[in-house]
Amino acid sequence: MASNPTATVTGLDSKIPAGPLADKWTNHKFDVKLVNPANKRRFTVLVVGTGLAGASAAATLAELGYKVVCFSFHDSPRRAHSIAAQGGINAAKNYRNDGDSVHRLFYDTIKGGDYRAREANVHRLAEVSTDIIDQCTAQGVPFAREYGGLLDNRSFGGAQVSRTFYARGQTGQQLLLGAYQALARQIHLGNVEMHNRTEMLDLVVKDGRATGIVTRDLVNGEVKSWSGHAVVVATGGYGNVFYLSTNAMQSNVTAIWRAHRRGALMANPCYTQIHPTCIPASDDFQSKLTLMSESLRNDGRIWVPKNADDGRSPDQIPEDDRDYYLERRYPAFGNLVPRDVASRASKKEVDAGRGVGPLKNGVYLDFADAIGRLGRDVIEERYSNLIEMYDRITGEDPYQVPMRIYPAVHYTMGGLWVDYNLMSNVPGLYVLGEANFSDHGANRLGASALMQGLADGYFVLPYTIGDYLAGLLGQPAVPTSDAAFSEAEANVSDMTKRMLSVKGTRSVDYFHKELGKLMWDNCGMARSRETLEKNLSEIPALAEEFWNDVRVLGDGESLNQSLERAGRVADYFEFATLLCHDALVREESCGGHFRVEHAQDDGEARRDDENFAHVAAWEWTGAPSAPVLHKEELVFESVHLATRSYK
Amino acid sequence: MTGKTLTLRLKVWRQDGPRAAGRFEEYDLPGISVDMSFLEMLDVLNERLNSDGHQPVAFEHDCREGICGSCSLMINGMAHGPRKGTATCQLHMRHYRDGDEIVIEPWRSSAFPIIKDLVVDRAPFDAIIQAGGYISAPAGSAPDANSVPIPKEASDSAMDAAQCIGCGACVAACPNGAANLFTSAKLAHLNLLPQGQAERYSRTVAMVDTMEDHFGSCTNHGECEAACPKEISIDFIALMNRDYVKAQLFNRKLAGQRR
Amino acid sequence: MATATAPAKRKRELPWPITFYRSAVGKKWVMAISGVIGLGFVVVHMIGNLKLYLSREEINLYGEALREFPKHLLPRTVFLWTTRVVLVLALLVHVHAAASLTRMNAKARPRNQQYQSPRDYQVANYASRTMRWTGIIVLLFIGFHLLDLTWGGGGADFERGDAYNNLVRSFDRPLVAAVYVIANLALGVHLFHGAWSMFQSLGVNNPRINKARKRFAQGFAALIVIGNISFPIAVQAGWVDEACVGTEHDEPCEPSGLKF
Ligand SMILES: Cc1cc2nc3c(=O)[nH]c(=O)nc-3n(C[C@H](O)[C@H](O)[C@H](O)COP(=O)(O)OP(=O)(O)OC[C@H]3O[C@@H](n4cnc5c(N)ncnc54)[C@H](O)[C@@H]3O)c2cc1C
Ligand code: HEM
Ligand code: HEM
Ligand code: SF4
Ligand code: F3S
Ligand code: FES
Repeated sequence: MASNPTATVTGLDSKIPAGPLADKWTNHKFDVKLVNPANKRRFTVLVVGTGLAGASAAATLAELGYKVVCFSFHDSPRRAHSIAAQGGINAAKNYRNDGDSVHRLFYDTIKGGDYRAREANVHRLAEVSTDIIDQCTAQGVPFAREYGGLLDNRSFGGAQVSRTFYARGQTGQQLLLGAYQALARQIHLGNVEMHNRTEMLDLVVKDGRATGIVTRDLVNGEVKSWSGHAVVVATGGYGNVFYLSTNAMQSNVTAIWRAHRRGALMANPCYTQIHPTCIPASDDFQSKLTLMSESLRNDGRIWVPKNADDGRSPDQIPEDDRDYYLERRYPAFGNLVPRDVASRASKKEVDAGRGVGPLKNGVYLDFADAIGRLGRDVIEERYSNLIEMYDRITGEDPYQVPMRIYPAVHYTMGGLWVDYNLMSNVPGLYVLGEANFSDHGANRLGASALMQGLADGYFVLPYTIGDYLAGLLGQPAVPTSDAAFSEAEANVSDMTKRMLSVKGTRSVDYFHKELGKLMWDNCGMARSRETLEKNLSEIPALAEEFWNDVRVLGDGESLNQSLERAGRVADYFEFATLLCHDALVREESCGGHFRVEHAQDDGEARRDDENFAHVAAWEWTGAPSAPVLHKEELVFESVHLATRSYK
Repeated sequence: MTGKTLTLRLKVWRQDGPRAAGRFEEYDLPGISVDMSFLEMLDVLNERLNSDGHQPVAFEHDCREGICGSCSLMINGMAHGPRKGTATCQLHMRHYRDGDEIVIEPWRSSAFPIIKDLVVDRAPFDAIIQAGGYISAPAGSAPDANSVPIPKEASDSAMDAAQCIGCGACVAACPNGAANLFTSAKLAHLNLLPQGQAERYSRTVAMVDTMEDHFGSCTNHGECEAACPKEISIDFIALMNRDYVKAQLFNRKLAGQRR
Repeated sequence: MATATAPAKRKRELPWPITFYRSAVGKKWVMAISGVIGLGFVVVHMIGNLKLYLSREEINLYGEALREFPKHLLPRTVFLWTTRVVLVLALLVHVHAAASLTRMNAKARPRNQQYQSPRDYQVANYASRTMRWTGIIVLLFIGFHLLDLTWGGGGADFERGDAYNNLVRSFDRPLVAAVYVIANLALGVHLFHGAWSMFQSLGVNNPRINKARKRFAQGFAALIVIGNISFPIAVQAGWVDEACVGTEHDEPCEPSGLKF
C-alpha cells in the first residue's frame, strides 16, 4: 500500500518559554496563571492511570485542593506496571561528589536520546530530579543506604557518574508504593474518588476541549460518563504491540489510542526500546519475557560459538571456538555498549544461526571468568536475586551453565504529543509518564523513566495545569447529559457489541501473537522499507481477519477478560499501522529506530540531522493508512549534535 | 531445559458471578511443557476451552514476575502453590509430574468475595492502607534526602517489610483468615523509619482497627509466613502487637487519643 | 463495587480499657497475660504437690502454710483468697477472649466452605490448631478437680485439710487417675503452643531470644506434664499409698510419702 507521499503540516507549537535554558522553568513557574485555594475546589480533574505518573499527579492535585476522580483498570492502584521497575531512579544529587550536576544529567539524557528530545523539557527534568529523591525519602521509600546512614548510589548504563538511587531490585515497587500511599491518604481525606477495575474507553471532546471520559466497569460492564474540567492520561507504554515484551500483560495502548482518534497527536511511535538482557522465550506458549538487569553486563561476558551448528554444551566449547563479539567489535566499551547497540549485535549473531539454547534464540552471558577472578561469593552478593530469578524460570544454575539472554521490547519512547506544559494539542488533555513522548528522544537511558513519571506527576503538572484551569474559572464542567457524552457512550457500547457478535473461530490471543510476530520480525530491532511495507499491507489484512473471525465468548455485563483484551488488540492493529508508517517515513537511524538502509559501512546507525531533527506527530484522519504528519522542529541551543560512537 | 511434556488433570473452581453458585470442573490437559509457568499452563487451558466454545477460566495476573501481587491461586490447598517464596506466576511446571492432579481454587477468605471463577475482590487491603498506611508528606514539603541519616539496619528491615506485594496469600493461608502479616508488614515499613515516627501510634491503631473490621484474628499459626512469596517474617506481627498495646495503654497522647 | 473511596471514620465513645479489649489484638494481649498467670499457677502448684513424695505432714503443712502466708503480715487466708480471685478472673477473661476470638475467626473464613479442598498445613502444628479443644478439656478438668480435691464432691471420702489422703484416695481409682493423666496431657499440648504464642501476642520478639521462646514453651510444657502425671501414676503404682490416720505414736505406722 502507498505510504508516501505523506501530507505534512509544519510549525507545531511546543510553547517552550523564552530565556536561557537554565532559567526557563523557574521563569515559567512564575509566569503561569495560578488558581487560588478557594477556587481549586471548584475544578474537577479526571486522572486516568495510577502508575508513578498518575498516582503522583492525582495525590498532588488533591493535596493542592482540586477535586480529583481517579481511574485504573487494576483491582488496586498499587498494581500499576511501574511496580515492576527494578534498577533504579536517576537524580542529579551529586552525593558522590563525582562531578554530577543538573547540566550533566541533562546532557547525558539528550545524548542518550540520540538528539531527538526537547532541550527545555529534558533540562526541567534534570532540575526537578533532586526534589523527587527528597520527596520519596520523606514518604518513607526505603532507598538503599550506606553504614553511615546516608543514601547509596549505583552507576547505570550511558553515564560516567553514580547518580542512580535504588531500593534493592525493587525500586519501582517502592516508589509506586510511596505514590500509592500518598494517593490513599487523599482518598481517605475524601479529596480523591478512586475507581478501580474501571477502564477508560473513550475521550470526550466538546468545542475542541477535553471535557471528560467514558469508562467501562470491568466487573459489571456498566458504561459510564465522567465529566471534568481537565483530563489527565497517564496510562503507560504500548510495548505489548509486539505481544512479547517485558511489560506487564495488561499494559496497552487503548487509552491514548482512543484519545488519538479524538484528535490528540501521536508522536514518534516508531521509537521503541529493545533491552539486550532478557530471558529468551522457551516455547510458543511464552506469554511474556523477563528482564535481567543490565548490571549483569558489568561482570558477564557475552559470546556465541563461532561455528553455527556447534552442538556442544557451552563448557565443552574451547576459547578458540567462542566469539566474544561485543568485545571484538567494540574494544572500547566491550560488553557495556548501550542497549540498542548490544541488542542489534545479538540479533546479528542469532540471525546468522549462531544462537544458543534449544531454540537457538539466545546468546551466552558467561560469569565463569568473573567467578574465577572475584570468587563465587562476590558474584552471589552482587546478583544473587537475579540469578535466583533466572534459575526459577529456566531451571538452570548460572554458576554452572552460562545464562542465555536475548533482547526484548522493553520501553516505548513515543506517545501522545504534549507541549512544554504536558498538555496535548487537545486543550484540557494532559498526558504524563510513558504515555507521552516527551523527554527521552529516540532512546531512553536506564533509570530515567521512573524519574520522568514522578517529575511529571509531583512537580510539573501541578504547576502547569493551573495555567489552563484559571482560564475556566466560573465555567461548570460540561454535564454528562451532553450529546458529546452520549455519542461517546454509544461508540463504546457499539464496539463491545461488535466484538461479541463476530462469534468467529480464533481466540484474541491468537491474533495478538500474529500481530506481535509481524511487528517483531519486520519492525523490531532492524527495519527496512521492504519489511515495513510488508507490514503495512499485512497488518490491515490481519485486522480484517480479526473482525471476521475472532471469538469472544461470554457477555458484556460481567467480568470478561477476553472482551477486555479484544478491545486492546483491536486498537493495536490500528496503532501498529501508524507505528510502521512512522518508521517508514523516518528515513534515518536513531536510537531505538534502526533502518538498515541508513547504516554506516561498519553497520553502525546513521542519523540524519539535516532532515529529521524533528518530532513526528501524527494526526488521525479516520483511516489508519492515511495519517497527517505534524512536524515540530527540534532546536538545539546548548548542545551540539554529534554522532554516538562506542568503539 | 528439556522438551518434556506432561499430561495433567485439573480440578478448577468455576463460578459465573459473585452471587452464582460455584462448582469444580475437571479438565484433562495434555502437552504441557515443563518449561511453562503455571499461568502459561492456564493460558493453554483457556485457549482450548475457547476453541471448544466454553468460557475461559478467569484468573488475575499482570506482571508475571512476582511483583505486582495480582496472581492469587490456591493450588492443592496451598496459597501460591508448593514452592517457598514463590508467587503463582513464578511457579513452573517442571515441579509437577506427569499425570498429577492439580486442584485450583480462589483465595479463601470471606473478606475476599469471589467476583468470578478464580478472581476475588481484595479491596479491604486498600481500606487498611487508606486508614493510615502512609506518611503525610505533601509534595514540595520535603527536606533534603540526606538531612536525616537512617541506620542501614533500620532501613534494611523497613525494606524487608516493604517488599510485601499485597497479594493476600497470607490471608488465604491463615486458618483464621487473618490479615495480620500484611498489616504488620505495612506498619513495620513505616514505623521503623524516622520519617514514620510522628504518626506511628495513630497509624497503628487506625490500621489495626480497620483490619479487624474485615479479617480474622491471629493465633500465631505461622502459615502466612510460609505462604508469603516475599517470605515476610511474623516477627513484624509481634512488632505490630507491641505498638498497638503501647498506643492503646501507654502512649495514648502520642496516639492522639484523649480519653 | 469497582469503587474504593474513604471508609466512614468510626467513633468509639467507650472508656479506653474496653476499647482496647474490644480489639482482637487487645484480647490476645489479655489472653497472654492471663495465660502467664496460669503458667505461674500451674508451676507453683506442681512444685507444691511434689511434697506428696515427702510425707503427709509435709504436704499438709504446705497446704496450711498457703493459708497462713504471709504469716503475721496479713490475716489468715487473705492472701490465699486474693490469689484465688485473681486466678478466677484470669480464667474468666481468658475463656471469654478465647470464645469471642473463635467466633471472629469463624466469621472470617469463607461462608461457602464447600469449594475447599483440604487445607495443606505448612507449619501450623497440632497444638496451635487445637488450642480451643485442649483449653476446653482443661476447663472441664478444673471444674472436676476442684470438686474432687477442694470441696470434696469427687466421690472419694474427703477430709478437709488432709490433702495427702484426699489425693491418694482419689487417685486410687484408676478411672480418676486416667482423667488426671489425660487432662494434664491436654494442658501440656495447650502450653506447648501457648507458652510460645504469648510472646508474640505480648510483642516480646527479639532475634536474640526468638529461639529460646520455643525452647521455653516446650520445656515448660514437658515439665508440667511430667510433674503432674507422675502423681496419679505413683499412686496407681503403689509407690504412694494412704497414710494411717490418728494412730498413737508408740504404735508402729509405716511412714507416708514415696517408698520403693
Ligand atoms: C521490567 C521493567 C523494568 C523497568 N525498570 C526500570 C528502571 O529500573 N528504571 C526506570 O527508570 N524505568 C524502568 N522501567 C520503565 C518504567 O517502569 C515505566 O516506564 C514507568 O513505570 C511507566 O509508568 P507510568 O506511570 O507512565 O505508567 P504505568 O506504571 O504503566 O501505569 C499505567 C496505569 O494506567 C492504568 N491504565 C492503563 N490503561 C488504562 C485505561 N484504558 N483505563 C484505565 N486505566 C488505565 C493502569 O491501570 C495503570 O494504573 C522498567 C520497565 C519494565 C517493563
Ligand atoms: C480453661 C480453659 C481454657 C481455654 C478455653 C483456653 C483457650 C485458649 C485459646 C483458644 C488460646 C489461643 C489464644 C490465641 O492464640 O488466640 C489460648 C492461649 C493460651 N492459653 Fe489457654 N485456655 C484455657 C486455659 C488455660 C490455662 C489453664 C492456661 C495456663 C495454665 C492457659 C494458657 C494459655 C496461654 C499461655 C496461651 C497463649 C496466649 C497467647 O497466645 O497470647 N490456658 N488458650
Ligand atoms: C495431677 C496433678 C495435680 C494434683 C496432684 C493436684 C492437687 C491438688 C490438691 C491436693 C489441691 C487441694 C489443695 C488444698 O485444698 O489444700 C488442689 C487444688 C487446686 N488445683 Fe490442683 N492438682 C493437680 C493439677 C492441677 C491443674 C493442672 C490445675 C489447673 C490447671 C489445678 C488447679 C487447682 C486449683 C485451682 C486448686 C484450688 C486451689 C485453691 O484451693 O485455691 N490443679 N490441687
Ligand atoms: S505479606 Fe506476603 S502474603 Fe501477605 S500480602 Fe504481603 S506479600 Fe502477600
Ligand atoms: S497464619 Fe494466621 S494466625 Fe497469625 S501467624 Fe499467620 S496470621
Ligand atoms: S502476576 Fe504479578 S505477581 Fe504474579
